[in-house]
Amino acid sequence: MSCGNYIFPAIMIEIQDLHKSYKMGHNSLHVLKGINFSVKEGELVSIMGSSGSGKSTLLNILGMLDEADSGSYTLDGLPIKNLNEKIAARYRNKFLGFIFQSFNLISYKSALDNVALPLYYQGVKRAERIDKAMAYLEKVGLAKWAGHLPNELSGGQKQRVAIARALASDPKVLLADEPTGALDTKTSYEVMDLIQGINDEGRTILVVTHEPDIANMTKRIVNLKDGLIIDDTKVEQVRALSNV
Amino acid sequence: MFDLERWQEIFETISKNKLRTFLTGVSVASGIFILVVLLGIGKGMQNGISSEFENDASNILYIWTGVTSKEYKGLNPGRRIVLHNEDYNTTVANHQDELEYKSSIYRIWNGSVTYKKETGSYRVEGVLPDYQFLENASMVQGRYLNEQDVNGSEKYVVIGNKVKTDLFKNGLDPIGKYVQVSGINFKVIGVFSDPGGEREESRVFMPLPTAQRVFGGYDELQNLSFTLEKEENFDAALAASQRFSAKLESYLKDKYNIAPDDNSAVTVNNSLENAKRFFDLMNMIRLFFWGVGICTIVAGVVGVSNIMLIIVKERTKEIGVRKALGAQPISIIGMVLHESIFVTTIAGFVGLISSLALLEFVGPLIETQYITNPSVNFNVALSTVFILVIAGALAGFFPARRAAKIKPIIALRDE
Repeated sequence: MSCGNYIFPAIMIEIQDLHKSYKMGHNSLHVLKGINFSVKEGELVSIMGSSGSGKSTLLNILGMLDEADSGSYTLDGLPIKNLNEKIAARYRNKFLGFIFQSFNLISYKSALDNVALPLYYQGVKRAERIDKAMAYLEKVGLAKWAGHLPNELSGGQKQRVAIARALASDPKVLLADEPTGALDTKTSYEVMDLIQGINDEGRTILVVTHEPDIANMTKRIVNLKDGLIIDDTKVEQVRALSNV
Repeated sequence: MFDLERWQEIFETISKNKLRTFLTGVSVASGIFILVVLLGIGKGMQNGISSEFENDASNILYIWTGVTSKEYKGLNPGRRIVLHNEDYNTTVANHQDELEYKSSIYRIWNGSVTYKKETGSYRVEGVLPDYQFLENASMVQGRYLNEQDVNGSEKYVVIGNKVKTDLFKNGLDPIGKYVQVSGINFKVIGVFSDPGGEREESRVFMPLPTAQRVFGGYDELQNLSFTLEKEENFDAALAASQRFSAKLESYLKDKYNIAPDDNSAVTVNNSLENAKRFFDLMNMIRLFFWGVGICTIVAGVVGVSNIMLIIVKERTKEIGVRKALGAQPISIIGMVLHESIFVTTIAGFVGLISSLALLEFVGPLIETQYITNPSVNFNVALSTVFILVIAGALAGFFPARRAAKIKPIIALRDE
């Protein structure tokens, strides 16, 4: 963060007093019990917590896949509330890039077509879509694999395709849900190296993880327990490459 | 619709599930196949029944008389009513403008007709020249009876094809030869054929006055027969013929003192009314066939709908991912609908074409009395295609709606 030259980075995500509960039969399960949290542009934040801590719910709300019961969520100055499905889809497409634990590539589409998919939903013309997607595949080092189907790729390659796909629509924030959860340590670090590189270029990234070594590769760790933030500290970033 | 990407996707999913798509297609194809074949048979039945009516002019009215069955104006039941030349002349005079062809008939039952050594028993009838058209008879040789023959009470006969082949062996030309009808010589002036076939062609016609004079009929008649001037459409023709037959009936009943509700003394057989009954029946049968066919298609559509539901269920995760990446609900609906319309349309066309081929090649071979040349016309084929597209859309609608309701959140959930 470049505080030195008096330009404060804009606040990208602002969350205030967020509550969420799920109805389970007659019982109501209070998952988020008042989360206050903000992320500035260019941050690389990890959200940690044991299962049941509410970190997935928080990510779903941040990803506009779920809506909070109360509290406010502002993304780059835009209040996110009362979204209907159409607007939510458009916002997701424009503002957010998703990276999933199980990659979630579409199995019958080539790597290139997978990357191009968000652009298809933006209404980008085919030729331009292919050009852009190719550029992002190159960026993750998989240009040679453009024509391959997901099941012809290794786990690490799949996740890199997924990262290229998340970047394709040039989103404001990348949301990664356990991006290394399905990978071995070496591949995990390679993927984290890629994520760090993307962050170095100034992109805001949130990573949900339960692995401390992965969390240490971010710049800030937010710890959730029982629906509350119990700890929020900036850390000295460990470069993934040094561990490979 | 013309989105290349979407077409690619459809082909990809179809090629992944060839057997399933094939089985689904079969149910739709067989539905359309059954519908079209049923409609073809319906059309064939209509053709068959229509050809039954070709025997005579289709708007013909026959009037004959019988025995009274009711007491009226002090007269006992059981009187035999006989028509006379005067009845015919009055009717013709009263309805001059309405009548197209007209004839009265004096019939000699089982007249034996002899030429040299050959003898046969045929219906012998005294008629007027118009009778040729009332019977739809066409001349094979010679000519029919004309006004002069009638006025001169000539001893001429016109014989049917069957009579000719029976009596004139070895292709002997009958024209100008003399045959004996109940022992009296008549000169053959023509040979006719009749679409009604052998039964209608085993008849012998002579001028009415000749028949009445020679066979002792005085001025008695068995039949009156008329056709009315053509009308613009079937309904108008039917109405006109009903009007005419009602008038004629009441005139005759009045004249011969017959109770108005006595149906056995005077009978007017209105062939248009008979035709209408048949056409109504035909319409019912066609409606029934449509119903059965549509039900079969519905079964097929339910099959497609089921398959599409399974496909949507299978692709739940994928649809969730697409939504997370920004797919609008409408694009998901479009995707599912597109596929289901595509599958039903292709399968339906296969059914349509194979049924059309069946009707085209096998249809003409079917020759029973009531089915003639089953076929479907272009409009019917067009409406089945229309039904197909609608069916496809219907089949896709519920699965598509379910797909649109899938929450993108499940994309994040890991099994």
